[in-house]
Amino acid sequence: MRSSFLRTARIVLAVMIFIIITLSFIDFRHIIPDKWFNFILYFQVVPSLMNFINVPALASAGFIFVLALTLTTGRSYCSILCPLGIYQDIVSRIGGKFRRKFRKFRFGKEYVILRYVILTVTLVVILAGSVFLLGLLDPYSIFGRSATYFLQPVVLMINNLVAAVLSLFDNYAIFKVDLVRIPLVVYILPVLLLALVTWLSFTKGRLYCNTVCPVGTLLGLISKVSLFRIRIDESSCTHCGLCAANCKASCIDFKNENVDLSRCVACFNCIPVCPDRAISYGFKKPGPLKTGDEPDQDKRGFISGMLALLAFLPRSMKAQDAPVPKKESTVPEKRTSPVCPPGGVSIKHFNDYCTACSLCVSACPNNVIIPSIKEYGIAGIMQPRMDYHKGFCNFECIRCTEVCPSGALLPLALEAKKLTQIGKVNFIKENCIVETEKTDCGACSEHCPTKAVQMVPYIGNLVIPEVNNEICVGCGACEYACPTKPFKAIFVDGNPVHQDAKKPEEEELKVQELEEFPF
Amino acid sequence: MKRRDFFVKSLGAGFAAGAAFSLGGYNKLWASTPGAQAYDMVAVMGGEPDAMFDKGISALGGITNFVKKGQTVVIKPNIGWDRSPEMAANTNPLLIKRIVEHCIRAGADRVYVFDHTCHNWVKSYKNSGIEKAAKDAGAKIVPADTEKYYQEVDIPGASILKKAKVHELILESDVFINVPVLKHHSSTKMTATMKNLMGNVWDRGFWHSNNLHQCIADYATFEKKPTLNIIDCYRVMMRNGPQGVSVSDSVEMKAQIISTDMLAADTAAASMIKMTPEQIDYIPLASKKGIGRMDIENLNIHKIKM
Repeated sequence: MRSSFLRTARIVLAVMIFIIITLSFIDFRHIIPDKWFNFILYFQVVPSLMNFINVPALASAGFIFVLALTLTTGRSYCSILCPLGIYQDIVSRIGGKFRRKFRKFRFGKEYVILRYVILTVTLVVILAGSVFLLGLLDPYSIFGRSATYFLQPVVLMINNLVAAVLSLFDNYAIFKVDLVRIPLVVYILPVLLLALVTWLSFTKGRLYCNTVCPVGTLLGLISKVSLFRIRIDESSCTHCGLCAANCKASCIDFKNENVDLSRCVACFNCIPVCPDRAISYGFKKPGPLKTGDEPDQDKRGFISGMLALLAFLPRSMKAQDAPVPKKESTVPEKRTSPVCPPGGVSIKHFNDYCTACSLCVSACPNNVIIPSIKEYGIAGIMQPRMDYHKGFCNFECIRCTEVCPSGALLPLALEAKKLTQIGKVNFIKENCIVETEKTDCGACSEHCPTKAVQMVPYIGNLVIPEVNNEICVGCGACEYACPTKPFKAIFVDGNPVHQDAKKPEEEELKVQELEEFPF
Repeated sequence: MKRRDFFVKSLGAGFAAGAAFSLGGYNKLWASTPGAQAYDMVAVMGGEPDAMFDKGISALGGITNFVKKGQTVVIKPNIGWDRSPEMAANTNPLLIKRIVEHCIRAGADRVYVFDHTCHNWVKSYKNSGIEKAAKDAGAKIVPADTEKYYQEVDIPGASILKKAKVHELILESDVFINVPVLKHHSSTKMTATMKNLMGNVWDRGFWHSNNLHQCIADYATFEKKPTLNIIDCYRVMMRNGPQGVSVSDSVEMKAQIISTDMLAADTAAASMIKMTPEQIDYIPLASKKGIGRMDIENLNIHKIKM
């Protein structure tokens, strides 16, 4: 096929998918129906792979379709389905506008060693039991983190500005939404990766995809033998080099009429620019493979330097301090385990499958899910946890389990979620207002959805909390509501393995019907 | 304005409005009852929430005794929790709907409904059924989850809560109608009229950490008091309050208490859930502050059975 329609179709599809997937990350009012983006998330290779390892089923087999798609059409995934790939195309296009005079793509050597070393190391780290590197480099997760931590706040700020203006006119159709306050250190990794990807795409097109991205490398291996591919008709090619100058993947070696299929992302930009109509996309029997030349040591050094920096950074991070208290409580909360969101099954399961794409963070309507720093250990950096100082888990909500694409949070029916214990409540009497001030408070019990925290008679008319861990679900409402500082008088300690909570007993009320007013 | 003066004045206005309405051949249901006595409290039993309100407000001379043409009204139900109406954790939506309708018929310029919720406000407004009910009746439903909506006020009569940040609508509206639902409450034992006002302020944590009962009584002394209090006792949560664990925590009482006196209303409400007012610390504390009458046996209470 030599039609420019291929390129147009690719762009239309990519733009549509990019818009939907971006909206899904900034959709703080949950306006977009899940089915719009669920099918896009279904095909994201890394989350789907994690999900499939977890529960092998058709519902998690999206990556198999992508592998098949790659075997048939080449790396069209990278051009149409990968949000980070599409993002890079957009940046690259802008880069081209700015640097038209001195930026020209040209055929470049493949960083063979670096490429496969990164893929191999990522796989080795997975086999060693950590998805840290995979989650760090996974293009979908990089995009997700960028959208959650940079784009959503901007959207919220604009929303809040509009809301402030509208409220002057007594209109509340658009309302203010609180921004999740995230410790600054959490931004370091997303900032660095987004900066790296943006700079590389601005200046070099798809260099990230063809050097660092483990998904790109993996699909590249398959696309080498893909059935449909870009080819150059040797008889009509005049070696003008326009194709190579327009190839953001730097994969067209026009002098030898060869296309490096492992790096070609099937963008079809070369087809319409060829004045000889020598380039076409079509079915071809795999020919002999040509390897690239020697790697460029400078670029290689640069990229490995960046990676070393990324690997070093987490070690130098420290958690932020708690806010300054008004009135001091004395006994620190003894936490033995972080709380992972419902559907996480266990901390191990959650850590094993979460790629830290942060979709749950942006989807949570209660701002209780935030990225961790070192709570899960350094390898779990950015994997979300529940922070009950920022919010609490709404008893009637299962949003995070609905959106998770990797199976780190498995779907939970609402009724099952209401009986899933993600942590246990602990009461520190020495910090409690009722004990220290001898006045009633009870904010914890008010907020408890199962009455695992009950107020029982204390001194005189006073009532004091009493906890029942059998029916506690670990939602953290008590901890959130507790007014003591700096230490809470009641807190939820995470369950390393989520447990079943007992259903609160329902006794029939014995109340006589009112015939007359008692006053 | 003293309570008695208020009633005398309201009554005059009520006559005027009633006369105006009767001239217009207005639907009797909505009209005031000419010659109504100056009741301190009206208690209705045995009907649906909206029908009970029609009867009750009519006995007080109609809503026009409280809402004048062109005024802005703010209605403050309890919408604290993401719970469905049958749990009775929030004020009955049907009652809110009818109150809004009365206000709009009385010529209110605008009617606002809000609450500073405990659960996510979007979910609470929606799942309580109040958002739809209020909107259908023509009210504006307003968020209250952001500090910027609140303005700091002095409460000179307070012992502890000397300053509070109060929702601007409470401060700016001409008429403030307080519509709590009667419930068991884990920390204060009961929530009704005065406790519902906690949803007018921003920093509730301060109340909890600084003698909750005293703060409730303190806030009741704030000059912007409810024009009218309507306690929804249609379904009453008897245990596991304030949000309830299951439907079995509540019973159907099919009652309603309407009064301009917060303290009298709360005293009456206490007996509905078989408690004495002395058991609920903030009631005697509010009485000490002179907020209203605890001796409801000496009040002129009109009881209606439907």
